[in-house]
Amino acid sequence: METNIKSILNNYPEGSADSLIPMLQDIQEHDGFLSKEAVIEVGKYLKMPASKIFGVATFYNQFRFTPLGKNHIQVCRGTACHVLGSATVLEEIEKNIGVKSGQTSRDGIFSLEVVACIGACGLAPVIAINGNFHAKVTGESIKEILENYRNQE
Amino acid sequence: MSFLIEVNNKQIEARKGETILDALKRQGIHIPTLCHIKGSFPSGSCRMCVVENVKTDRLVTACSTPVEEGMKVLTHSPRVIESRKTIVELLLSNHPDDCLYCVRNKNCELQDLSEELQVRERRIKGVKNSNHLDRSSASIVRDPDKCILCGRCVRICEDVMGVACIDFINRGSQSVIGSAFNIGLNTSSCVNCGQCIMVCPTGALSEKSHFPELIAMLNNPEKTVVVQYAPSISVSLAEEFKLPAGLDINSLMNAALRKIGFKYVFDTTFTADLTIMEEAAELVERVKTGGTIPMITSCCPGWVKFAEEFYPEMLPNLSSCKSPQQMMGAVIKTYWAEKAGLKPENIYSVSIMPCTAKKFEAQREEMTNKGITDVDAVLTTRELGQLIRMFGIDINNIAPETADSPLGFRSSAGKLFGATGGVMEAAVRTAYNMLTGEELLRFKIEALRGLDGCKEASLDINGLIVNVAVVNGLANARILLDQVKKGKKNYHFIEVMACPGGCINGGGQHIGASEEAVKARMKALYDIDDKETIKVSHKNPEIIQIYKDFLGKPLGHKSHELLHTHYCKRDVLL
Ligand code: SF4
Ligand code: SF4
Repeated sequence: METNIKSILNNYPEGSADSLIPMLQDIQEHDGFLSKEAVIEVGKYLKMPASKIFGVATFYNQFRFTPLGKNHIQVCRGTACHVLGSATVLEEIEKNIGVKSGQTSRDGIFSLEVVACIGACGLAPVIAINGNFHAKVTGESIKEILENYRNQE
Repeated sequence: MSFLIEVNNKQIEARKGETILDALKRQGIHIPTLCHIKGSFPSGSCRMCVVENVKTDRLVTACSTPVEEGMKVLTHSPRVIESRKTIVELLLSNHPDDCLYCVRNKNCELQDLSEELQVRERRIKGVKNSNHLDRSSASIVRDPDKCILCGRCVRICEDVMGVACIDFINRGSQSVIGSAFNIGLNTSSCVNCGQCIMVCPTGALSEKSHFPELIAMLNNPEKTVVVQYAPSISVSLAEEFKLPAGLDINSLMNAALRKIGFKYVFDTTFTADLTIMEEAAELVERVKTGGTIPMITSCCPGWVKFAEEFYPEMLPNLSSCKSPQQMMGAVIKTYWAEKAGLKPENIYSVSIMPCTAKKFEAQREEMTNKGITDVDAVLTTRELGQLIRMFGIDINNIAPETADSPLGFRSSAGKLFGATGGVMEAAVRTAYNMLTGEELLRFKIEALRGLDGCKEASLDINGLIVNVAVVNGLANARILLDQVKKGKKNYHFIEVMACPGGCINGGGQHIGASEEAVKARMKALYDIDDKETIKVSHKNPEIIQIYKDFLGKPLGHKSHELLHTHYCKRDVLL
């Protein structure tokens, strides 16, 4: 993994603090999350304390610090979804897989992410699992959806 | 250039480039602040210091707004007071409100503001904070629930200490302050200096207490509980009892310690003298034999950890001497134990330090000799104040006493250890004697005194030019060491103290002291040095005695076993 991080960093030869966010995005794109090692490497490269990088990264919702699960769930919390009950859906998912947004379930089967608007308001409340949309989900229907993914194991 | 501004309908003088806050301060107008730290770049984030700019009809932050010619300002208009009060009410809305149980009860800026602004009811109710208490560090406890996110700790840690191990994490209502990955201060590069505690307006930061165990030991008939106190304590403890800053209450402190139940009272300044004997000998040896130069002092545990993390390549430059606290611990449980006819394991050795990093130092594994720890518990100046109050001792009404002997007699050179530049001054006095066999005629090295962050001097020792430097505040150490590494500066000897001003302003001292108070403590140390006759460590009769009876000679076999140590590169999140 380390060599990959190095090669990403090499794309930013000027090594200035301005490139911190794009760098972190590239690393997450590649690894699916920001590992401790990655943060340390970036810190060394930019001569920036790890605490600062962690502070910046946690400011934005887009960064995660645990690897993705086999199935990555994105729950839309945009206005339309909210009005139609996405809070209940999120709560049900959290209960069902036992983790909160930004985390990965212990068995590694699911990871959860809350996103602003997916841009599919007509399907609200909508969730995406591994990029596949599930429309008009409810607190009830979500259980079955998750069960189906579990059974694929 | 100066001009007039109008404040509360009166003309006052203001200087171009200064902030409204500074101009008001000179006029004796007090404006409350929370995020502001003197000397640091203003962040203007807490908005406590707002004043009304009459011309623009706006509330502006006094700490970050520069004065403008002819501006009109209202500092306590109804609108201003309402706004400040609302901020306090909002801060209180998620605060735990457990003032009665809080270490900072009666010395808390949030409490003061709530009182000043007459907050008398809970107008805004919020969900109370509930985060993990971070007790992972040997020195510092962080209680994020009491944190009001002013950011002072973050800035002091970065700007003054050059460590930057903490920052804001997350955003909005989820925000907390913590180290990288929020997995505990002990995994970070925190050097335990406690400067963050000194600036925290609330009880979110405090030292790790060794109280309960100490009380138990004081009541354990099998243990002989002994105590040592650092050179700076006698001139800073007074403020814990609202006595004038810089008042030297050494003999009252001796008496108070005995009343608490400490069987023997020792003065760490004695081992400051011992440190000087060893360190000066080490310097002379390095200079004469071409050893690693510059030699750098090692009595500050904040600095030592900093070096182990950020400058591991310079560890050979550090003097191998243990700090005075650890030297005292080691000689108590060997030399003194034998004299007193006590088994080392039955001695419980306590130290009173101006410093939180000393708590960390005492538990370093290098500080244990054959399974016996040098020092068992470390209390800060503040904790000693609490202890004296807890035992109902009226410091104004007790008879003075002297420390126990041996290990209680000191020179005035050792006393200088309490301030930046003092270790260097004391070491130079003794090194001079070791090199020439004579005594320095002019003891005072003015260039190394005072609160400047970086001081240097060139000393002529019988034709041998010795270049020395003194830094305090680890951010200054960084600058100096980087120059040394690049070869831009050449020194023989460098003194580093982590805290700005040295131990007199350590992270264990009275919270809320002004710069004037710190100067008064410093002056008190210099006065002692002026007044007393034994001004050099090598003339301390108890030092002469311990070498004669026990240690042999500086850098001898016994010294190496008990008084010297080694350092290691640390694997922490940088
Ligand atoms: S103790 Fe010192 S190094 Fe540690 S967090 Fe506080 S200011 Fe920073
Ligand atoms: S811990 Fe104290 S100093 Fe640091 S941000 Fe919180 S309240 Fe301010």
